[in-house]
Amino acid sequence: MGTLAEEIFSRKVGRPVEAGELVVAPLDLVMSHDTTTPLAVEAFQQLRERVWDPDRIAIVLDHIMPPASIPTAALHQITRKFVKEQGIANFFQEGVCHQVIVEKGLAWPGALIIGGDSHTCTYGAVGAFATGMGSTDVGLAYATGKAWFRVPETIRVEVNGRLPKGSYAKDVILAIVRALGVEGGNYRAIEFAGETIMAMPVGDRMTLSNMAVEFGAKAGLIEADATTLAYLGPRGRAKLAPLAPANPRYEQVVELNVGELGPLVACPPDVGNVKPVEAVEGMPLDEVFIGTCTNGRLEDIAVAARLLAGKRVATHTRTIVIPASFEIYLAALEAGYVRTLMEAGAMVGNPGCGPCIGRHQGTLCAGERALTTMNRNFTGRMGDPTSEIFIASPAVAAVSAIEGRIADPRRYL
Amino acid sequence: MPRIWKLGHNVNTDVIIPGRYNVTTDRASLAKHCLCEARPDFPVGVRPGDVVVGGDNFGCGSSREHAPVALQATGLGCVVARSFARIFYRNSINIGLPILICPELWEQAREGEAIEVDLASGQIRLPEQGLEFAVRPLPPFALAILKAGGIVNLVKERGDLDVAVG
Ligand code: SF4
Repeated sequence: MGTLAEEIFSRKVGRPVEAGELVVAPLDLVMSHDTTTPLAVEAFQQLRERVWDPDRIAIVLDHIMPPASIPTAALHQITRKFVKEQGIANFFQEGVCHQVIVEKGLAWPGALIIGGDSHTCTYGAVGAFATGMGSTDVGLAYATGKAWFRVPETIRVEVNGRLPKGSYAKDVILAIVRALGVEGGNYRAIEFAGETIMAMPVGDRMTLSNMAVEFGAKAGLIEADATTLAYLGPRGRAKLAPLAPANPRYEQVVELNVGELGPLVACPPDVGNVKPVEAVEGMPLDEVFIGTCTNGRLEDIAVAARLLAGKRVATHTRTIVIPASFEIYLAALEAGYVRTLMEAGAMVGNPGCGPCIGRHQGTLCAGERALTTMNRNFTGRMGDPTSEIFIASPAVAAVSAIEGRIADPRRYL
Repeated sequence: MPRIWKLGHNVNTDVIIPGRYNVTTDRASLAKHCLCEARPDFPVGVRPGDVVVGGDNFGCGSSREHAPVALQATGLGCVVARSFARIFYRNSINIGLPILICPELWEQAREGEAIEVDLASGQIRLPEQGLEFAVRPLPPFALAILKAGGIVNLVKERGDLDVAVG
């Protein structure tokens, strides 16, 4: 009984719990990647020799994959050694962790998951309570299969209205961040609901849940409906039940109508600095990047390919497209999107985080400006502290690549 | 008596331990560079038991655990802020760094003045101004973690997480 978060915690601890309670709960999965595993292993080794359950730990090499330097190769070496020693079953080298976890059916409605990465909240898109934690928590979870939680209060965000042409899930989440402010969801769980969201495919829902942490939230949950079950069925999760809140009490309900929402851009220095695309149109760009756990899915690549078909990207702008996983890459190949994008002059990279954390494959130098589909635009995230990051939908990114400056996709529809 | 180091709003983990010094787990080195750019006087002047008083959203930014570790390694007694970013708050409890939320203190607190904090009762006093604040004390499990010197030690002592924290 209660919000989705209360419902999930009650099931996990076997008694009704309410927001505000402190619980120790058994986990369904612990996730970590190449940059967070090594530290978590240090915490783990102080406690145990063997992990709690090698089948319920997932480790993904994605952040700097393949390694770009000797120290990053060493991080992979430590990680692979741990995986081998402990017999970790879910070990992946085929794309961004959050995409891979959902694709492999490792997150499901009602599952309780922690990950050594702040965007672990992405799995809320399929009804899992999933949240990012620090290395001590992840190490403890490798050892015990448990974590402590304060059951969060919930803010319900109801989105209604039909999105106009040229606007997408990314614009919806930027509008939500603008409405709530970058601290507006601190310590809370968010429930994304309403007809606009329930009409979205799982991929677009992941864009919303992914960015819940950008306004401080612990989790970004979406109730599990027929769309969720149809997505997970062929992914090894055939026998699932829908999951919805039951007589919930919300701390706050925020309503948003997106019937007239135009394309938005989050400008430096934080994701809360959201402006309509018109306000920044024409700003010259050194790089355009379409990818990441926020917007590197087939739906996103399809939008970009449609807009770039038969066109050329601007000569003086690097355009990089990185499918979030092997599965997406293969589907994009089969659909002809990869050919379309490459013929337009875009570089199509290997699945992984790519330039999202500024360490390889598109790092920015002093004074450079990028428009990307990622989730964070903090100072220096993609490289030099004087470089600038603008965040928008794949459609804004694609047409901006054509023009070499920030552009409005509605002019191309 | 412990003294106040007063900081502003949105002090992020990069300010607490700048990225280029965040390449080690050596506590002495982390302590030496803690807040070294925003408050160069801090790492050289902080005395055991001193208190950092922060504004809103203290510890925002990346989830790096090195930030609370660096503060703890300076011998700091406590961080009191108007609000904390979630992962910083959690990481601090896990490593046993005392941390309290007090919405009113920040406005009143003066740089360098004396402060007394009683973690178990949630009483904060500014004796020079004769002011007192009552905040919600740390929950018992967090106090137990503090006493053990971190959650890893507590789990080691008690065998499992639910025994340790439950
Ligand atoms: S794609 Fe970017 S945001 Fe997503 S997990 Fe990788 S580094 Fe983090």
